[in-house]
Amino acid sequence: MLRYVFRRLLTAIPTLFLIITISFFLMHIAPGGPFNMERGIPPEIKANIERVFHLDEPVWMQYFRYLGNLAHGDLGPSYILINFSVAELFAQSLPVSIRIGSWAMLLSLVVGSAMGVLAALRHNKFIDFFIVTLATGGSTLPTFVTAPLIQLIFGLTLKWIWIGGWHDGELAAAIGPIVTLALPQLATVARLMRGSMIEALNAHHIRTARAMGLSDFSVVVKHAMRGALLPIVSYAGPAAAGLVTGSIIVETIFQIPGVGRAFIDGALNRDYTLVMGTVILIAVFTILFNFLSDLLYALVDPRVRYD
Amino acid sequence: MKMTNLKSLMAGAAVFALMSSAAFAAGTWNRGANGDVQSVDPHKTSTVEEGNITRDLFTGLIAEDPEGNTIPGAAESWTASADGKVYTFKMRKGGVWSDGTPVTANDFVFSIRRVLDPATASEYASMAFPILNAEQANGGKAKLEDVGAKAIDDMTLEITLKGPTPYFLEMLTHQAMYGVSEANVKKFGNDFVKAGNLVSNGAFTLAENIPGDHIKLVKNPKFFDADKVALDVVNYIPTEDRAAGIKRFQAGEIDSMNDMPTEQLADLKAKFGDQIHITPLLGTYYYIFKTKKAPWDNPKLRNAISMVIDREQLATKTWQNAMLPGYSLVPPGVKGYTASMMSYAAMPQLDREDAAKKIFDELGISPAHPQKLELRYNTSENHKNTAVAFQEMLKPWGFDVSLINTDGKTHYSYLEQKGDFDVARAGWNADFKDPVTFLNLGHTGDGNNYGEYSNKDYDALLDKASVEADPVARMKELSDAEAILMKDVPMIPLLYYANHNVVSSKLHGFVENVMDKHASRFVSKD
Repeated sequence: MLRYVFRRLLTAIPTLFLIITISFFLMHIAPGGPFNMERGIPPEIKANIERVFHLDEPVWMQYFRYLGNLAHGDLGPSYILINFSVAELFAQSLPVSIRIGSWAMLLSLVVGSAMGVLAALRHNKFIDFFIVTLATGGSTLPTFVTAPLIQLIFGLTLKWIWIGGWHDGELAAAIGPIVTLALPQLATVARLMRGSMIEALNAHHIRTARAMGLSDFSVVVKHAMRGALLPIVSYAGPAAAGLVTGSIIVETIFQIPGVGRAFIDGALNRDYTLVMGTVILIAVFTILFNFLSDLLYALVDPRVRYD
Repeated sequence: MKMTNLKSLMAGAAVFALMSSAAFAAGTWNRGANGDVQSVDPHKTSTVEEGNITRDLFTGLIAEDPEGNTIPGAAESWTASADGKVYTFKMRKGGVWSDGTPVTANDFVFSIRRVLDPATASEYASMAFPILNAEQANGGKAKLEDVGAKAIDDMTLEITLKGPTPYFLEMLTHQAMYGVSEANVKKFGNDFVKAGNLVSNGAFTLAENIPGDHIKLVKNPKFFDADKVALDVVNYIPTEDRAAGIKRFQAGEIDSMNDMPTEQLADLKAKFGDQIHITPLLGTYYYIFKTKKAPWDNPKLRNAISMVIDREQLATKTWQNAMLPGYSLVPPGVKGYTASMMSYAAMPQLDREDAAKKIFDELGISPAHPQKLELRYNTSENHKNTAVAFQEMLKPWGFDVSLINTDGKTHYSYLEQKGDFDVARAGWNADFKDPVTFLNLGHTGDGNNYGEYSNKDYDALLDKASVEADPVARMKELSDAEAILMKDVPMIPLLYYANHNVVSSKLHGFVENVMDKHASRFVSKD
C-alpha cells in the first residue's frame, strides 16, 4: 500500500511538469500580451514595461526563468494586479473557493445519495419519477440560469441572502453560491446512486441477505449501499477537484473573490503568471483528488487492493 | 473550518436579521465599479476605475470640482511665464500626508521622476512628456535629474516644459501626475501601496484592498478640506456582471454603478427613473479604414460608406440610446472648441444615400459586382450588434461584409502590429479635456493610428497648433485639422460615448461631467 502511494506521488511529478510546459507555451501562442490595451502605449514605454517583466526575452528563456522560480516555490508577481504576488492572490482567493466548493460537494453527496437511495427503494413509484424529474432538471439547468434565479427570489424578493459580495464569508453571502454549485452535482449524484442502487438491490448477495432474515435497514445500508457507492466515489474525486478550485460563472455572478474569477480575469488579461499559477493549482488538486478517490475505492470495495 | 461553518449555519437566521447595519449606513458609499483595479499606485494605473480610486486617495497639484473644472489641489496657486514654458506652483500651506508629514515640492519632484523612471514601467508616463527632457529620460536617453521639475524650496515647485502646452494644467489632473510621499515609497519599496502602509494626501485613505471583493477607503481627517467631506467610508465593489449589479443596486447593497446592462435601458428607465444617468462623455466610437490598402485608399469610397451608415439607427436601435450619433472625431464638450463635422452631417439619411449611390456607381460597386469587406471587432455584445448593423446597412449597396471577432487583447495587438484588415473597430476616451487627445489619432506615425493614415497638411496643422501660444488661434488650427480629417475620413466616427451611471437618489453631489470623474469628497448620502 505504502509503495503504491509513493509510486503514485512520484508519477505526479512528470505529469505536472508536462502540464506546466504545455500550458506555458500555449499561453504564449495566444496573440497579445498583458500590456496590450485599448489605447496603444508609446514604444519606449512599452519597452520599459517589457524589460521590467522580462517579456523582452525569448519565450524559452522566460520558460526556464519561470521553472527556476517555481522550483523555489515562487509563483511570481501578478502582471495585472501588480500590487499582489500570485501566491498572495491565492492565499486570499483559495479559502473562498475551497469553502464554497467543499460545502457544495458535501451537500450534493449527502442529499444526492439520499435521494438516489430513496428513488431506488421506491423504483417505478411516484417518488422515483419525482426524483428522476428533479435530477434531470437539476443537471440540465445551467448555473448561469440558476444563479440569477436564486438572486432574484432569495435576494431581491425575499431578502434572505446577499445578492452579491463575499461579506467575510457570512452564511447569507455563501449560501447562494453553495446551492448553485451543488445543484447540478447533486442531480448527477442522485442519478448515479439510483442506478447503482437498483442494480445492487437485485444482486444475489442481497437476495441471500434478505433470505437470511436481516432487517431492511441492515440490508440497504450495510450491504447494498456499500457496493452502490463505488461509482459515486470515482465520480466524486474529479468533481471535488473542480468544485474547490472555483467556478468562473458562479463566482462572477455572485461577485465573490475566488480562484475561478482570478483564472478567467487572468486569462483574458494575459496575466501569464496568474494563469500558470491557476493551472498548477487545478492540476495539483485534480491529481490529489483522483488519488484520494482511488484510495477510498480500496476502502469501500474489498476486491480492490493496491500493492 | 468545519466547526465554524456549522456555527455560522446555526447563526444563519440571526445573520439575516442583523444584515450588518454598517453596510447600509449614511456615511458609507458602496460604489459599484466596473472591474478590478490593477493597482492603487497612481503611477501604475490606467483605467477609469483606477482614476476614481486614486482621485479619492490622492490630490494632485491641481484637482477638479464636481463639474470637472480645474481647482487648486496640493498646490495653492500657480503662475505661468509669458512664453508659457515655465510654471511655478506654490504648495498649500499646512498641506500634509495622512501620516502628518508635510506635502513638499520635493515630493512632487520625486513623483515626476518616479513616473518617468524606466524602472517604474508606468503606462501613463506620457502624461509627463510635455516636461523638458521627460520623454528622453523615460527612454533612457537623459538623466532623471535633468527633467524640468525642481523644488525651489519646500513650498515652491518649478516645472519647465519643452514648449508651450496649453493643456498642461489639464494633464496635471491625471492620476499619473499625482504626488506620492517620497519617505513612504522609500520606506516600503513596492509594498508602499498595501493597506496599512500607504500614506496619501487625498480626502480618503486606504483601509482594505481585497481583489475581486472590495477596496475600502476611510475618511482622511488630515485632508486639507476634511471639514467639507461628508462620507466616512467609500467601498469600491467590482460589479462586472452588470445584470447582477443592477439587482444589488435595487436591493440597496450598492448605491451606484458606473455601467449598466444598456440592452435593457428602456426597462431600467421605467424601473429606476432619474436614477439612470445617460449623459455625454468625451469619447468616440469609430471604425478605421486601412488607408494604405486598395480600395480603401480612396477617400471617395470611404466617404460613401460613411454616408450610408445610419447613425441615428445605431444610436437609438442598436445601442438603445446608450450612445449618441457621432459625426466628428472630437465629441462635443471641450470648452472653446468647435468640432468640424462631416459635410453631410446635417443631410437627411435618404439624401446621403443618394449621394453615396453615385459614388458606388462610379466605382462599379453594386449587388451584381459586390466588393468584399472584412470588419474586425473585439468581443462584446454591443460591438457585435454594431458590426451586424454595419453589415446590413452596406449590403444593399453591394458590399459583402464578413465579420471577424477576437478578444480585446488579440484585437488590439493585431492592430498595433499593423496587421492586415479592411475595417476595424476602435474607441477613444479622452485622457484630458483637449481636442489633441483625439486628433493625434490621425497624426502620421502615432501609435494609435492603426489605419496608417498620413496627410502632410494635417500633420502640419497639428504641429503648428502644438506650439501656438494663443489659445483661440490654437483651437481654430485644431478645428481646421479636424476638417481635413472629416473630409478624408480615414476613420469614420459612428457614435459618441455616454456616461452610464446608475445613481441612488440617496446620493447627493454626484454631478455628471464629460470626463465621468466623480470624486467621493463632494458626495454625501442620506
